[in-house]
Amino acid sequence: MAEPVLASPHAESKRPFLTEQRRSRFTAYTFISPFFILFSIFGLYPIFFTFYLSFFKWDALGPMKYVGFKNYDLITSDPTFWISFSNTLIMGLMGTVPQVFLALLLAVLLHSGMTRFKKTFRILYFMPNITSIVAVTLVFSTLFGNNGMINWLLGGIGVESMAFNSGWWGVKIAISTMVMWRWTGYNAILFLSGLQSIPMDLYESARIDGANRRQQLFSITLPLLKPFIIFVTLQSTIGALQLFTEPYVFLGQSGTGSTRQEGITMVTYLYSEAFRNGFFGTAAATAVLLFLVTILFSVLNMLISRSGSRETGGKKA
Amino acid sequence: MSTLRMFRKKPDDLGFFGKLGFYCLLILGALVSIFPFYWMFVVGTNDKGAVFHVPPLLTVGDQFFDNFKRVLEKSDFFQALGNSLFVSSMVTISVVFFCTLAGYAFAKYEFPGKNMLFVFVIATLIVPQQLGVLPTYVIMAKLHWIDSFKALIVPAMVNAFGIFWMRQYISAAVPTELIEAGRIDGGGHFRIFWKIAVPVITPAMATLGILNFMTVWNDFFWPLVVLKNKEHYTIQIALQQLFTTRDGLDYGMIMSATFTATLPLLVVFLLFSRWVIAGLTSGAIKS
Repeated sequence: MAEPVLASPHAESKRPFLTEQRRSRFTAYTFISPFFILFSIFGLYPIFFTFYLSFFKWDALGPMKYVGFKNYDLITSDPTFWISFSNTLIMGLMGTVPQVFLALLLAVLLHSGMTRFKKTFRILYFMPNITSIVAVTLVFSTLFGNNGMINWLLGGIGVESMAFNSGWWGVKIAISTMVMWRWTGYNAILFLSGLQSIPMDLYESARIDGANRRQQLFSITLPLLKPFIIFVTLQSTIGALQLFTEPYVFLGQSGTGSTRQEGITMVTYLYSEAFRNGFFGTAAATAVLLFLVTILFSVLNMLISRSGSRETGGKKA
Repeated sequence: MSTLRMFRKKPDDLGFFGKLGFYCLLILGALVSIFPFYWMFVVGTNDKGAVFHVPPLLTVGDQFFDNFKRVLEKSDFFQALGNSLFVSSMVTISVVFFCTLAGYAFAKYEFPGKNMLFVFVIATLIVPQQLGVLPTYVIMAKLHWIDSFKALIVPAMVNAFGIFWMRQYISAAVPTELIEAGRIDGGGHFRIFWKIAVPVITPAMATLGILNFMTVWNDFFWPLVVLKNKEHYTIQIALQQLFTTRDGLDYGMIMSATFTATLPLLVVFLLFSRWVIAGLTSGAIKS
């Protein structure tokens, strides 16, 4: 069956049966074409062009000048780039790891506890996720203010107050908290749907064999939940590497503060290179490096989860 | 099913204190989830000083309209709200239409390369949006679309998640016999889609619409890049601009604006929570 996709009117009159098939194929291609057209213009082409652009010096207006690997040299010798790199990793870890564990805990609690209010809890846990990041950041910046509620609470338990909007760790803690608040509930609900997909008779036969609650958790629940854990970790990792809005808004309160070193991320660096300084070449090089880091971490994620399953039956997230 | 499960669990029941602990943790989690919403409202309805009151003020005040008046002085709040409403609605209508069409084709048509193309659609889901932002910006500049809503609407008119979501639903919900019957009756392809398929799948279309509306409404990065003039700001940019004004941060004002901007989505979510949650968590099913 190697006929062309387009049905010509000529063929139509000759072989009506084939025409029907061709027409239906043509219809299908037409129906799916908007996505492929838009994606090639605003998705695929930009990705390739980013790679190309990273070898040129360009301010987005004048002529492009080929500079080879100079953009990469420039950014890798810029200390700010490395700060943005390490900030992204640190905040990624601080936001993602506790979040996955907390989400797991909440999901297990929701699953095994009272079934009656599960729906209500689901809705409540989900509410942070539908809030815009800007709104989340604004609310948390009041809580994390110098005289804000978090410092008051810390004082209450005898901990010295922290400079959450200027300290090296303070900023990172504040931003990771915002990320966690917005995503923990979402991930808990994901895990919950994973838990609900585990057949109950597995637990029953385990109980008959005399397995206690803890053993059931580690040898049935967690291994069977593994695909969900991998998915959530991967999604959170990729999300963490794209971190932009929280630090941009949180540190932007004093004007251009969003590139302050305590909270600059790779995307913030990219943004300010391109749209503040007009260096599209170095910004493109940053995008390429960010892309490579994203791939690296996704692969790493896969490898860790695979080896983890071999040794411990997928105990680790 | 659920009561049955509770019964079966009896043998190693947690006991009263175990249950109490479970409840406490769950309720604590729920409180942490909803407190910031309440706090938004508390700060937004009290005067400037309330936000850093010691001990923290937890009661709703009566300054909301005073605070909100200052929002209107400092920004074109309702203009921004209107802009967001316009952009989100346009994108949503378009996304629902094109994704349903494409999902329908992937679910109910046979054509060469179908599986490969569908895998491709799914694969595009993992490509981070920020990666292509520079060239997309350049395209917009070439088209003279910078600072226009077209830059926000056109690239978002159809998306991979929507196609995936609609295909899954249509495969299950629309009987192929129905479509074949329509075809035997001589209905055109689009007519069959419109008259036979669409009426059956409106719930999925509505869910996609709500989800998409929320995503566009909440988007910040891309509007920040392409919008330049105050009168074109979406609500998220307008909110962020309020925060940048540097004459001693007026949190009463900021929170009254934030609350007003968050409320519509919150209401929509609470009304359609079951669908929204199902839609937003469906991403995991494919993995």
